[in-house]
Amino acid sequence: MGAAAISIRGLDKVYGGAHPVEALRGIDLEIADGEFAALLGPSGCGKSTLLNLLAGFEAPTGGSLAVYDAPVAQPGPERGVVFQEAALFPWLNVWENVVFGPKVQGLAPREYEERARETLRLVGLDRFDRHLPVQLSGGMRQRVGIARVLVMKPRVLLMDEPFGALDAQTRLSMQQLLLDVWQKLKKTVVFVTHDIDEAILLADVIYVMSPRPGRIQSRYRVEMPRPRSLDTLTEAGFNELKRAIMHQIRHDIAADAPA
Amino acid sequence: MTRGAAAASQPAAAPRSAAAPAAERRWSRVALGWILPVAVLLAWELAGGSEGTVFHGIVPTPSKVVEAWKVWAFGEPGLGLNPYSGTWWSNVVFSTQRVAQGFGLAILLGVPLGVLIGWSKLTAQLLDPSIQWLRPIPITAWLPFSIAVFGIKDFGAIFLIALGALYPIVVNTTQGARDVDRNWVRAARMMGANANQLLFRVVLPAALPSVFTGLRIGLGIAWTAVIVSEMVAVKSGLGYVLWDAYYVGRMDVVIADMVSIGLAGYLSDRLIVFIESRVLTWRRLQSH
Repeated sequence: MGAAAISIRGLDKVYGGAHPVEALRGIDLEIADGEFAALLGPSGCGKSTLLNLLAGFEAPTGGSLAVYDAPVAQPGPERGVVFQEAALFPWLNVWENVVFGPKVQGLAPREYEERARETLRLVGLDRFDRHLPVQLSGGMRQRVGIARVLVMKPRVLLMDEPFGALDAQTRLSMQQLLLDVWQKLKKTVVFVTHDIDEAILLADVIYVMSPRPGRIQSRYRVEMPRPRSLDTLTEAGFNELKRAIMHQIRHDIAADAPA
Repeated sequence: MTRGAAAASQPAAAPRSAAAPAAERRWSRVALGWILPVAVLLAWELAGGSEGTVFHGIVPTPSKVVEAWKVWAFGEPGLGLNPYSGTWWSNVVFSTQRVAQGFGLAILLGVPLGVLIGWSKLTAQLLDPSIQWLRPIPITAWLPFSIAVFGIKDFGAIFLIALGALYPIVVNTTQGARDVDRNWVRAARMMGANANQLLFRVVLPAALPSVFTGLRIGLGIAWTAVIVSEMVAVKSGLGYVLWDAYYVGRMDVVIADMVSIGLAGYLSDRLIVFIESRVLTWRRLQSH
């Protein structure tokens, strides 16, 4: 294991107002350099909130949050975010969306054009660079969402249920794509999902979260060998781990239910 | 061979036969729209009878209007006793110029103002109340003020046009800038955009569809404003001719003038729609 890429200590997040909501309580987390971590849990468990705090979109109400020893204060290109609905700029074509980051950072075209072309090739969209987002399928849009982040060479990839809105078939091919990309780049990834299969298939470590208030319930190390592919879903060990996690989640739900 | 050729000709023939009814449908749609105006004009013409007027000699028939329009547009041979002879084009140009200037001024002020109000809470708190207080005052109520301050000059008209068009442009742009998808803003900040880049590369393009809505409403008001102010505050243009012709009892010119205003308003609106379809290709594709 390398040095800590992400370290979170005693993190709290409370949304104020007439009825304050405690979204996260006492989160402690350490994610190693190059590790693929999944945040797994039902909706309302605060997993997306945790990701937003890591991205710097929101500020915590307590505790500390550091990425490569730098406290998180605001969003930045070293922490690339892939959104659930891709959130591409619809008025820009694929190429313009992908080079948006390098451009606003003031890089010269020769510094990013080759890399942008390479990244589009990596996600299989090199022939669609002049297309507008509306002309692409949901899966292709999400490939652009991944490409525009990779082109900035982020140190950490933050993915918020990126395949949640896709149909089952497309989701599988996107998972395979992400496995291939990760195998090549070995980046630190924090991946939010409510899909147990997806978490086991992709991650090195799974943090199971539970709601009200959101906290980390348990941690599972996934020992499935790398490089992985969709075949991993049917390998020995997969179902055992899945059963254990499901059992844990059911237990949490039972404990959470009002008596 | 022959079978292959027959098979190959089939797919080519199919779209042609499908295209024909589509063209027919378009024609019948256009034709339907013409029924009412043609019927009204015909009834109007027939009601005029041999005198060529309706409503006891007050309103001339379409053919009389066309005659008057011809003289107004191209002049008449012989002695130039008709004050409207051959002045149509220059008056159209006067009014159009004023609309273009006033409307341009409204865009120049309204779009930045709207983006700032929609985007920054501080600007909204600073400016929004003033705009909401001024907005209920109709531009017609500004006429005496405008004449007193600017006199019977071009700028009086331009001021009214700009003011009238400004409100819908500001209000719609504000709405557009306020409703920008939160994830677009987050994505841009994540990629390292600073406040300026956020404003020009995300908020402004995202607000453009609303801006164009504001422009179309504003342009309509601009034409209203130019006619009203030309009737009172300047001595040229379609509005001036309209009021002047009324005073001397030339209803044929009045009606020709009304149609001219409608035509100019329609054409300028088409121009905005054309520009919109060019600028907002993504939007057009989205709605398909």
